[in-house]
This record gives sequence, C-alpha cells and structure tokens, in this order.
Amino acid sequence: MGNSTDSGKKSKVGKFFSGVGYDLKEIGLTFTQGDWKTKVSYLIMGFGPIMRRQFLRGIAFLAAEALFILYLVKFGWKYLQDIGTLGTVARVMNDDGTISYNDNSFLILLYGLLTIIIIGIFLFVWRMNVRENRNEEKLLAAGKPLSTAKKDLYSLLDSQFDKTLLALPVLGIFVFTVLPIIFMICIAFTDYDANHQPPANLFTWVGLENFKNLFSFGTTGLGSTFLTVLAWTLIWAFFATFLTYFCGMGVAIMINKKGIKFKKLWRTILVMTIAVPQFVSLLYVYKMFANDGLVNSYLLKWGWISSRIPFWSDPMLAKVMIILINLWIGIPYTMLITTGLLMNIPDDLYESAKIDGASGFQMFKSITLPYMLFVTGPFLLTQFTGNLNNFNVIYLLTQGGPQSMKLSNKAGYTDLLVTWLYKMTVDDTNYRMAAVLGIMIFVVTAVISLVVYNMLPSVKDEEGFQ
Amino acid sequence: MGLKAKRKLGNTITYIVLVIISVIWLFPFVCLFLQSLRSYNEAGGGMVEYLLPKQFSLDSYIFLFSQDSKFVRWYLNTLIIACFVALFQTIVVLCVSYALSRMRFKGRTFLMRFWLILGMFPGFLTMICLYFLLKQFHLTQAGAIPGLILISVASSGMGYYVTKGYFDTIPKALDEAARIDGASRARVFLTMIIPMSKPIIIYAALVAFMAPWCDYVFASYVAFGYTDSYNVAVAMQNWVWTNDYQGYFTRFCAGGMLVAVPVTILFICLQKYYVEGVTGGAVKG
Repeated sequence: MGNSTDSGKKSKVGKFFSGVGYDLKEIGLTFTQGDWKTKVSYLIMGFGPIMRRQFLRGIAFLAAEALFILYLVKFGWKYLQDIGTLGTVARVMNDDGTISYNDNSFLILLYGLLTIIIIGIFLFVWRMNVRENRNEEKLLAAGKPLSTAKKDLYSLLDSQFDKTLLALPVLGIFVFTVLPIIFMICIAFTDYDANHQPPANLFTWVGLENFKNLFSFGTTGLGSTFLTVLAWTLIWAFFATFLTYFCGMGVAIMINKKGIKFKKLWRTILVMTIAVPQFVSLLYVYKMFANDGLVNSYLLKWGWISSRIPFWSDPMLAKVMIILINLWIGIPYTMLITTGLLMNIPDDLYESAKIDGASGFQMFKSITLPYMLFVTGPFLLTQFTGNLNNFNVIYLLTQGGPQSMKLSNKAGYTDLLVTWLYKMTVDDTNYRMAAVLGIMIFVVTAVISLVVYNMLPSVKDEEGFQ
Repeated sequence: MGLKAKRKLGNTITYIVLVIISVIWLFPFVCLFLQSLRSYNEAGGGMVEYLLPKQFSLDSYIFLFSQDSKFVRWYLNTLIIACFVALFQTIVVLCVSYALSRMRFKGRTFLMRFWLILGMFPGFLTMICLYFLLKQFHLTQAGAIPGLILISVASSGMGYYVTKGYFDTIPKALDEAARIDGASRARVFLTMIIPMSKPIIIYAALVAFMAPWCDYVFASYVAFGYTDSYNVAVAMQNWVWTNDYQGYFTRFCAGGMLVAVPVTILFICLQKYYVEGVTGGAVKG
C-alpha cells in the first residue's frame, strides 16, 4: 500500500516538473520559430492577435497587461517590498504635534499577499498569450481561418460555459475565503496580538514562536489547556455523533414499525427542533436549566432535591447536559436520513430471518446495522467533522464555561477548539494564537477525515452491498 | 394468539415511548409560548419559578412593536438578509453544480479537491480579515446588512455537494439529445435542467433562507455595536446575556415566538423537499 502511494506521489511530482519543462521548451520554441508579431507579443501582450485581426482576444490580453502594470505601480509594489519586515515605522510625530500613521503591518501583509497571487495569475495569463500566438500561427500556416469574436463570445455560452458559470463563484471564494485563509496562516507566524495592533503599532514575523507556545507545558505555555480542550473536543464529537446516530435510528425504527399510526405526526413533532432557529430553542433551554430556571424551581418545590442542581457551573454536569441537549437537536436529523434508508432494506431479508427464528434484536444486529453503517459511513464522517466545529450548541448553552483558573486564556471546561478560537479573536484580540489554533483545527479535521475515509467500507469495497 | 398479544404489547410500548419523546420535544416550546404571554406585572418580565402565568397579557408583544424597541427593524434586517441570501446563494450553487456535474474542463478535480480542503478550515479563523475587507468597502456597522449578504453568498459556491449529486442523477442523454438539436449549453441549463430540478432548488433556497436567522457570530462582529444593523439573533442574545436580562426574559420569549412561528411553518410546509435533499446528500456523502 505504502509503496504504491509513494510511487504515485513521485510520478505526480515528476509529471509536474516535466510539465514545467515542456512549458519552458514550448515558450522558447514559440519565440525562435515565431514571426515578428509573435516576438513583440512577448513584451506587449495581445500584439500578435491584434495584428492578425483577432481584436477581441488581443485587446483582452492587452487590457490585462495594462491593468496589471497599473496595479503594480499604483498599489501593489509598495506593499510587496515591505513584506519581509511588515513595516518599520508605525507612527511619526509631526513638527506641529499631530501624529501621522506610516506603515500598517496588516495592510502590508494582506496586500502583499494579494500582489504575489496577482503576479502568479499574470504569469499564467502571459503563458496563455504565448500559446494563443503559437496556435494562431499554426492555424494560419495550415490555411485555416481564425476564430471570430462572435464565435468566441458564443463559446462562452456553449463549449466554455463552465468559465461563465464559475467565474463569479471562484472569484468570490478567492477574495472571501482563500485570501483570508492564507492571510491568517501567515498571522500564525507573526506577533499580531493586543500589544501589536496596527495602525498604532507594528507586528512582525516571529517564526515558530507561537507554535512553541501552544505546545509548551510550562507555567506560561498553553500546552495543558490545549490538550484539555482538544480532548473534550474529541470526546464531544464522538458522543454527539454516535449517540444521536443510534438514538435517531432507534426512533426511526419505532416510527416505521408496522402497525404504528400517525407516522407523519410523529415525524413532524420531532422535526420542530430543526425548524426553530437554534438561538431561540437553545437559549430557552439554557434558561430552563439555569440556577433560577424552571427545572430547578419545580424540583425544589416538589421536594425532590434540597439544593439547586448546578447544571451549568459543574464541569462534569455541564458536559453531560450539552451532550443530552444536543440529542434533542440531533436526533430528528438522523431520524429523517435513516427513515428513507431503512425502507430500502428488502423485506424478504427480515422474513427469512424470522423463519430462522431470529429475535428482533438479532435482526437489528445482523441485518439493519451493517447495512446502515455501510450506507451512512460518509454521512457519519461529515457529522463527526461537523461536530468538531459545532459552535452553536456549545456557545448558546454554556459559552464554553464553567471557566477555571487551571485553564489559561479564558478557556472553559466545555470549550471546543473552535469556541476557544472565537474567544481569542473577539474577547482577547489574541490573533496570533487564534491563527495557530485555527491551523490545529484544520490539521485535526484533515487527519481524521483522511484516516477514516480510507477505512470506510463503502470506499474500500464499493460493491459490498449491491 | 400469543404472537398477536406480543405484537400488541410491543406496539403499545412503542406508542408510550413515542408519546414521551413527543412531550420532551415539545415541552420547551410550550414553555416558551406560555412565558411569552406572561404579564409584565409579574416579576417585571424576569424569570419566575412557575410555568403557568398568573396573569395572561400581550405586554411583551406590545413592547416589541412599540417605539421603545427596535425589534421590527431587527426583524426586517434578518428577513432581508434571509431573502437575498436564499436568492443569490441558490443561483450560485446551481451554476457551480451544473458546471461540475456536466462539464469536463481542465482543473475540475483540482478545484473540487481544493474546495474540500478549504472547507476543513474553521470559518471563524478568518473573521478579522473578513471584517477588514468589508470595512474597505464600507460594508460594516451601518452597511452591515449588504456586507453579511455578500459574505454568505461569496463563499456559497463550496456548498455544491447536494445539488451536484442531484444533477448527476439526471441522465446525460437528455443534454446530448438537445445539443445535437443545436441547443447551447446555456440553453440546456436554463430551459431543461433548471425546470427539472424544482425539488433541489427549493431545498437549497430553504436551507439558505434558514441559516441567517441563526447567524450570531458574523452578524455581531460585522455590526460591531451598531444596533440598527443587528439581526434578531444578535439583539435577542444580548437580551438574554446582559446582566439586566431580568426585565427582558418574557420579551425574549415573545420575540422568539415571532421568529420561530413563521420559520417553522415555512419549514413544515416544505418538509418534503428538505427530507429529499438531506437524504440524497447523506447517502452520496
């Protein structure tokens, strides 16, 4: 197994380098073999196409180059040149006593990254421009007509419709997801926190210091807190996923049972918790179990308890409560999904099992469960990774509390990595550690997804149950 | 006879369990409703130790619609966000899904893998950066509503799985037949695929519509204390969490009812499509 993936990787890397080599060779060949129009195009993009009366394509290339140069001169360059230091002078005291702000590390990093990416895109467009010239020369040499502007535009609705469809979504994801994520990964290697806030102060590169801090177990390090939070995150995700899964399946089996009436009514009642926005339902439940809430009051009144139960301030109890209340939210969801699947199991399987004298539980164990686990494997995996980052349930119920002196950086006993990250960003403005934490969440999610995905029976053996 | 009695017993037990479950599921909502009807004279609208109000009144609802409260504004904010997000997000998701399901272009698998990996980063990681980007376009605080719509819609292309799964089940032979007759891809998409995808469009729009009602994190961060731009979740969260919530508990309940009832009715009406969507998505993974 290991060997085959290794060689697979190598061949991929090899392919990449041979691809680059081929590209360079073609760029050289195009230059030496091309006519003067093509040669000028190496400097002035789109020159060749324009001279060959391909105005739409030529002008598009020319405009791209003009915009790129304009961007670099007017905007990009001044940020790019400071990206190594992230700025040297934050504030200057003017002679008249006013303060003017000079370098802003945040802007330098963000726009510097943007400029690097735009340079990359420009190189790609430049490469397209070279290939366009080569193709046109080839076509002309073969005596074939070149494409017309009308054809080009029509192809955007037909053979190249994917470009039209994907242009805006990809741009949106680039600006609002990709760029911010790259930016935050870089922040993990800087000292951007409450003491280094632009524009008043600068922040700068600190290498791996933040990662060392996360894994140091001394008095100042975050090591022990991180491990506590990570452990609870994993425990939570495990219980939240599998308890809801099995309970939800149980409820679905009960509703589907022969002879049970009002199936639709039961389902609709359960689905209420999906329909009602969580901030209403969870906040209300939080208040119900509060110290002065309904539950404690009634239990006291009926004399079942002598002192109020600290549902939310006792770490152990709070954790149990969160998992139980999550059942209230989660069961309907699994119930819906499993209902349809349960009906797919052929009835004769059960019939023959019955004839063999199997009990209800035996049938569940050897027919229903294996089938369900096989079909819903990927679903369970997405549920698990979703629960690792289940912000709403935790934050609306306990806000990560109860807090403790034993945990640093305001972490509480029910904090997940993601709620801790939120607190660090919003309450502490400790962006450097928040960024490190974000990367750790990514690593945990990615490792679990990869490992589990390759172990799934439906991935290993696609034909298994068909 | 014995078997029949056994089955009857089994069904009775099932009914009992189902009734208990139903009671647990509905109890908090019943409480919420009853508390929202409690008069302001009882404990000044704070939390009390009993369930049934001693004095029924619509005080809390009247307060929400009075001049003292911005509730109507918050409600409209959320409704506007929800409608626009539902509209644009559905369009984006449909476009992405069609391209990925039907077209084979260079970089297709790379794009899908890349988006999958991006999805593994926690969304809150990029909060400050997003806030800053929005600020550049003056879309924070007073402009928070369009800002929130922009953020939700901009990255919605990555949530194409369910819709693409649905498109994959529509036979490609249909496309090809139309294309042989001279229809362009765009025409096939708009006049054939879209009309055939009504269930999944309703599912996508419903999910997109429901999400903003719960959005607390980004909404509060982007509005940044500018109360006119709050959505209901942010505003009512503050009622519950600030120290003087005592006066606001019944108002929270009343507001919660006003939010929950329409959304729930809409959801129950479209339940069929929702079930179809989640089951399809879960099995294909």
